[in-house]
Amino acid sequence: MNQLYPEIFENPFTFDVGEIPVLEYDLFYDKVLEMLSDEAKHCVAYYGIEIEGSIKLICCIANDNARSVSVFSTRITNQKNFLKSLTPVCPQIHIFEREIHENFGVSFEGHPWLKPVRYPYNRADEKAVIDNYPFYEIDSEELHEVGVGPIHAGVIEPGHFRFICNGEKVLHLEIQLGYQHRGIETILALNDSFLKNCIVCENIAGDTAVAHSIAHSQLIESLGSTDAGDALQIERCIGLELERIGIHIGDTAALCGDVAYQLGQVVCEALRTEIINTTQFWCGNRFGKGLVRPGGSNYPLSGKVMDKITGVIDEVDKRFAEIAGRIYSMPSVLGRFEDIGQVTRSQALGIGAVGMAARTCGINRDIRFSHPFQYFRKYKPQPVILESGDVLARGMMRVKEVGESIKMIRELIRLHMEQAGNIPRPVYDHKLRPGRFSLSLVEGWRGEICHSAVTDGSGRIIHYKVKDPSFHNWMALALAVRSQEISDFPVCNKSFNLSYCGNDL
Amino acid sequence: MLKELKILRHHGSQFVKDLRNQPVAELFRGRPVISDSLSASEISRICSLCPSGAISEADGSIDLGKCVFCRECEFCLPGKIRFTNDYRLAINRREDLVIKPGSDAPVRLDEKSVRREVRKLFRRSLKLRQVSAGGDNSCEMELNATGNVNFDFGRYGVEFVASPRHADGIVITGPVSENMAEALRICHDAVPDPKIIILVGTDAISGGIFIDSPALNRKFIDEHNIDLYVPGNPAHPLTFINGVMDMMGIR
Repeated sequence: MNQLYPEIFENPFTFDVGEIPVLEYDLFYDKVLEMLSDEAKHCVAYYGIEIEGSIKLICCIANDNARSVSVFSTRITNQKNFLKSLTPVCPQIHIFEREIHENFGVSFEGHPWLKPVRYPYNRADEKAVIDNYPFYEIDSEELHEVGVGPIHAGVIEPGHFRFICNGEKVLHLEIQLGYQHRGIETILALNDSFLKNCIVCENIAGDTAVAHSIAHSQLIESLGSTDAGDALQIERCIGLELERIGIHIGDTAALCGDVAYQLGQVVCEALRTEIINTTQFWCGNRFGKGLVRPGGSNYPLSGKVMDKITGVIDEVDKRFAEIAGRIYSMPSVLGRFEDIGQVTRSQALGIGAVGMAARTCGINRDIRFSHPFQYFRKYKPQPVILESGDVLARGMMRVKEVGESIKMIRELIRLHMEQAGNIPRPVYDHKLRPGRFSLSLVEGWRGEICHSAVTDGSGRIIHYKVKDPSFHNWMALALAVRSQEISDFPVCNKSFNLSYCGNDL
Repeated sequence: MLKELKILRHHGSQFVKDLRNQPVAELFRGRPVISDSLSASEISRICSLCPSGAISEADGSIDLGKCVFCRECEFCLPGKIRFTNDYRLAINRREDLVIKPGSDAPVRLDEKSVRREVRKLFRRSLKLRQVSAGGDNSCEMELNATGNVNFDFGRYGVEFVASPRHADGIVITGPVSENMAEALRICHDAVPDPKIIILVGTDAISGGIFIDSPALNRKFIDEHNIDLYVPGNPAHPLTFINGVMDMMGIR
């Protein structure tokens, strides 16, 4: 193992907290910067933990090619001190430094944009209030501002968008979040019960309940030294892919709705209903809440459920291919999607974009492939990569991923049939290993989800950290609408469909 | 055009004809039935298991306003507790959400408590403004689904509108985060009188799994009269639709 930082080739992984060398900040800065100058690497988590009056910073960097995660650490004893900001030379760190600043009052010298992230209840600066966010302003008589939210026109979550426009053209968009903050990380570190934590994780983002539950369950399993058997792992992967298909089809419907192509909207809505009703048939909940639990399952995949899934995906495969073919060959639809809301490859790399947002810009970044978890360790899907980075690419990505996920589910069901033995019931009385750091990555439909935890000497979780892919990708939306007509904002927004509650936690 | 016709033919009819009696999956977690022979030790077991404190330590009754529908109490005491797939759970008196042991009666709204102006003014048309106040986006998606091609709640004149000025009431999801408390109040103020308030999802009704969170501010909920409680995690579109139909007086 490297002397300055451990590099781990597993997902999830756990090791003794003491195994992460605590570097001086200057050395930490150099090492992190050196590593992130390689475009195959990006920051998956960078946060602070308050331990005995000082703040320990932990930075985890994933390598898309070497399939590893490197963990760096440093300690700050005096919060009043200025630390040299990494953001000017490594923009993807911007949001992480903002979060550390907001939570602990640490100042990062040279950070161009050290603004609040979500106004958490335990923020360092209690005087900062959400109604008083310091928006970027340009003083000009030709320009005007458009403020949208926090409550939006549609039935969606709250967040505030502030546009600076020159006529119809957007010069700048600033996205202010935090309205959805529920103190999730605090609740998860309370250790009330393992079951309660499962339910909380299902509610981090209800549209990604399965992916967040897998991230949590495999983290607990790795800390508790238990292992999910092959059959259970396959079931989780099937649940994850069903979630992906349901959302991608639903978002295709929403994109059609925004460009007034009603047939596309209606047909896709109905197909999404088929998929989520199948999830409900399996586990009693249309969003897969209750499907994934540590150590076992309350809803083992029966032959009856497998037949139902197979029947539905066969039907959806045909009908979705048919409508998608029509949607993406209509000039009136293509005119609204093509070259709209483009994010370039270098922008996506710069902001550390993950998941779909990265893969539509020609970046091969998919945790299922790069850091395989659950049954993806044995069954390796190939990621879909598109190049153009516009709304069309993000729409097409959904079509192609639906096709790929359907293939995967067929294959996973076949593999499941070869498995023997019963799946145990979930376990809610884990004995976690003491003094451990653990990290778990999952590719949800939006992209990379990261859960990490630290246990104390008695095996209690003292710190829990959640990162939704939206945390990276909101910046991609802000960049996408630059120099676009403001009327194109809805399609740009829907094409990403980022999470507010996943960001605000 | 021919392609479109072909797609339409394959699409077929997706319309739910009878919103009152549409069957749902057998495993759907709806109204629980609790045995009246729970022993003290059984009650204490499920009370300590329940992640949201929904079970009464006195008699083992389940408060659907707090229940997150995880079904773990049923797994713990099979044969004693059973979650049926009865999705008609929405009612207008908070105390009626408590399901007593031994009761297998349907959960129905109290007709006498429905405000007269609700029946008089909103029976044929009800426009609603939705406010997500810390919601996890699953209740929001289910509310969107009430207007989709399957459920088409618009057939009864019920729709979500963009502005509170055009609305007859607000539909709240989420446990009401501190950061949304003021926006929620402003939105409610902007709805012209008379207006209704509907809470959708366990989070909104009681705080749900977030009940102990330090980041909530539920003053608005505590201070206002609530016209309809729609439990669920998330609430099923049919739970919402049937509850609103009951409130409007549609048979």
